[in-house]
Amino acid sequence: MELQAQPQRILLPAKVSFIVLTLALALLFDLLPWRNTAGVPELTAAVLAFWCIHQPRRVGIGIAWTLGLLLDVGNGALLGQHALGYAVLAFLALAVHRRILWFPLWQQALHLLLLLLSTQLLTLVIRLAAGAGFPGWTYFAGSFICAALWPVLSFLLLLPQRQSEMMDENRPI
Amino acid sequence: MDHQPPPFFNRGPAPLVRLTFFVSLAILMMVLDARFRYAESVRQVVALAAYPIQRIAMAPVDLFHAVANYFGSTAALQEEYAALKTKQLRVAPDLLQLEALKEENNQLRRLLEAQERTPRKSVFAEILYAGRDPFSRKVVIDEGSQNGIQAGQPVIDDVGVIGQVTRVYLLMSEVTLLSDKDQAIPLQVLRNGLRAVAYGGAEGGMLDLRFMAANADIRNGDTLVTSGIDGTYPPGLPVATVARIERDAAYAFAKITLTPTAGTDRYRQVLVLSSEAKTPPPAEAEEPAQKPPRAKRSRKRE
Repeated sequence: MELQAQPQRILLPAKVSFIVLTLALALLFDLLPWRNTAGVPELTAAVLAFWCIHQPRRVGIGIAWTLGLLLDVGNGALLGQHALGYAVLAFLALAVHRRILWFPLWQQALHLLLLLLSTQLLTLVIRLAAGAGFPGWTYFAGSFICAALWPVLSFLLLLPQRQSEMMDENRPI
Repeated sequence: MDHQPPPFFNRGPAPLVRLTFFVSLAILMMVLDARFRYAESVRQVVALAAYPIQRIAMAPVDLFHAVANYFGSTAALQEEYAALKTKQLRVAPDLLQLEALKEENNQLRRLLEAQERTPRKSVFAEILYAGRDPFSRKVVIDEGSQNGIQAGQPVIDDVGVIGQVTRVYLLMSEVTLLSDKDQAIPLQVLRNGLRAVAYGGAEGGMLDLRFMAANADIRNGDTLVTSGIDGTYPPGLPVATVARIERDAAYAFAKITLTPTAGTDRYRQVLVLSSEAKTPPPAEAEEPAQKPPRAKRSRKRE
């Protein structure tokens, strides 16, 4: 089987302010009072993975770690639990970022599912080691929903880069 | 001659190096937090930094509540008003007698030279949000050390105990609910004064009454109140009712499940009671009340 090179759009460079804004919005979403509702996706993880894949030189392990720490304190979880999970997530995303964009969106979502599940598994192992009880299998539902949202997320987060710089009817891009 | 490549593509340390660094830092923090509780100062600083973000995150919820209140139909309000009025009428006789009974109780206690029960100070607080941590059951309230909240204080709502303050920030504090796996509360059966200890962690937000003999005099529907022998919870606050008793001859203890009286899902207003001032804390006065018992045991062993 041979991978067909698909026509690629030439994207504008991503704006740092937009990256910061989306990460902050995802963090706000995760800090909403969800009251342990099962299956609420961890948007911060998904947006973080997206920027690690698309802008690996701007967003990396350090930013992931800081975001995780903020989430830990906000949720009253064990300090460092999300920080560790997100650092590993960012590392894995950076490791696959050259390859993953060659796949169609739904296969990218499968990649993302694996990344998110391994992050959650790591967090689970840490908490079980620290003496918490098993929260039930619905704990993993968030990752599946997050992966299902990947095509939407990709479209939305790439939208500003798809705008042409000068509005002109005759421009090819 | 050793030639360094020009730094066109300088990307700092390799990802693996960065990962190792940050993972070690995270593990260090987790150990300090879980085992020794040294990370509290880090947590305080980050919490203060995260406070504006959290308030912004709360804004849509507050707006939703405000809009829902605004559009709350008059019928619902009237219904609530009528319900409150009947409730007030129902408790009126008890309330009228309360003062007299309190005085009489104090007199009798004086006669017995027993310790008088002093009224406790209390702080009114609102539940900001429930932490999104599937491993524990905690809520965050909007009063902190600025308003004199201390770790270890019991938290009640209008029908019973909901939990205990376990971590205090400057502007908010974390309350561990009774249904948390690591939370225990000393109780007393209202009917016959039988003492027991209830633990959280049963499924569905229920409590477990552990280590009760299989022939203990306890029945379905019994009300359990705080016994007060711990010096943290004031005595006589309703906590739970017995939901299910399984007596199995194979085990020495009965398996008793309790339904908590108070529910944090219904109201947002809670009352934080101040700790008893009369009993001076033991030698380790500055230790937080919620110390894991394992740490204590290991110290004794040394």
